[in-house]
Amino acid sequence: MDVSISLQHVSLAFDDKVVLKDVSFELLPGHTKVILGGSGSGKSTILKLILGLLKPDGGAVVVNGKRVDTMSEQELMAVRSDIGMVFQEGALFDSLTVEENVGYKLLEELGVPEEDAYKRVAEVLGFVGLEEFVDRMPSELSGGQRRRVAIARAMAAKPDILLYDEATTGLDPITAMTVDEEMIKLRDLEGVTSIIVTHQLRDAFFVATHEAMRHNSRIQISQADAQKADEAEFIMLKDGVLCFEGNASELRASSDPYIRQFLS
Amino acid sequence: MFDLLERWLKKAILEVQEYVRLQVATIRGATSPPFYYRDIIMQLDAIGVGSLTVVLLTGFFTGAVLALQSGITLDQFGARPFVGRLVSASMLKELGPVLTGLMLAGRIGSGIAAELGSMVVTDQINALRALGTDPVRKLVVPRVLAGFIMAPILTIIADTVGILGGWMIAVFQLRVASSVYWTSVIDGLYPNDAWMGLIKPFCLGYVIVTIGCHVGLRTYGGTQGVGRATTQAVVAASVAVIAVDFFVTRLLITLLY
Repeated sequence: MDVSISLQHVSLAFDDKVVLKDVSFELLPGHTKVILGGSGSGKSTILKLILGLLKPDGGAVVVNGKRVDTMSEQELMAVRSDIGMVFQEGALFDSLTVEENVGYKLLEELGVPEEDAYKRVAEVLGFVGLEEFVDRMPSELSGGQRRRVAIARAMAAKPDILLYDEATTGLDPITAMTVDEEMIKLRDLEGVTSIIVTHQLRDAFFVATHEAMRHNSRIQISQADAQKADEAEFIMLKDGVLCFEGNASELRASSDPYIRQFLS
Repeated sequence: MFDLLERWLKKAILEVQEYVRLQVATIRGATSPPFYYRDIIMQLDAIGVGSLTVVLLTGFFTGAVLALQSGITLDQFGARPFVGRLVSASMLKELGPVLTGLMLAGRIGSGIAAELGSMVVTDQINALRALGTDPVRKLVVPRVLAGFIMAPILTIIADTVGILGGWMIAVFQLRVASSVYWTSVIDGLYPNDAWMGLIKPFCLGYVIVTIGCHVGLRTYGGTQGVGRATTQAVVAASVAVIAVDFFVTRLLITLLY
């Protein structure tokens, strides 16, 4: 099977501060990779490298078979059309309504006819349960609603890959769970390859151990069987170095003191 | 001490390098597709129509105070009827472009730096790039084009209301006949002066907006950083207005006179 995303011996430093050191991993299409680690461990940097928003000092970043770390900004635009990203705090455009935010890429970049674009906007807003919020401005939304609109915006153009940067950080557990459920639905029902950056273990395990299924027209989230739960891959970063790679069971069983401290 | 100087020099060179890079990207963005027409129209409205009130007021009072002050001086030589010539020449060549430039630096330079700076610190610029949009084409090019086009138009408006302000003072305060004032205004207008008054605001508009965009896009450090960027943009753009005015004037005197 072709690899969707691959980081090969990636290193990055800002002045004297080492952010990533010899980080390598691969992600297969339709799979989920959860990147764990404390604040400042380089988790979000990995997502920015995949999108080409940052360039590594060394190593290679390959997305859908194309090396993005050597591409120009113009060439990166084509690669980015296959990727959606949910930023910390949502990063919604303040001056645009929810509808305009979600339809931004369709209308401004892909030139989709307005009627089709707004139909897709209604569809994805329905997917995240916010169809009645189309005319609201981002400032009128709660934190959780903003994240869900950000997810809707990221998925509107049907990307193959979705990157979530701390999508549940700062949210109450109930709202965080609704965001987790959106990630599960996108993975299981839309076949999206996902990278979830978080330091919220509870959310990471919830996404790994649950699955979404469609019964008639209703979507149901339920506990996944052990085999499905072990499909989600976890990696942990410590000061820019990859200190763990494995599935949820292996992570729970790890005897590494840092991981034990993180899990406790 | 040497370390400090070295660090300051490196920072200054980096700023110049980034400013030049932004200008190259802007020129490339303005001359090749995709173009964001809706944003260009919106910026023409925000920068042009939005600045109209402040430019009208500044222009009017500058022309009026110029007539008041020059009236006193001209009286010493019995030359009060020449007040129109003085107002028109001063407004057209120097005060119109520079004061409009300074007003735009305060209003537009700060606004652009604050808006783009907020977008940087809230990751909206990265979100734009992630969605496949080049921020220079989407945000910088429309603002630069709007500044480049609207600054001369606003300057012409400022010149006009300035001369009108001078007329009011000349007629009602200095008791100069209206026809004498307007004859003097027209006598004071030379084609070369008009060219100078028209060419300058193109340069000033361009400089003000590119500085605002450059400072805004290089914002760091959260909301405090946005405040810092706004102040820097106003200070840098205001100084640039005066400096560019001097250099363009020097160049145009060589070329036109």
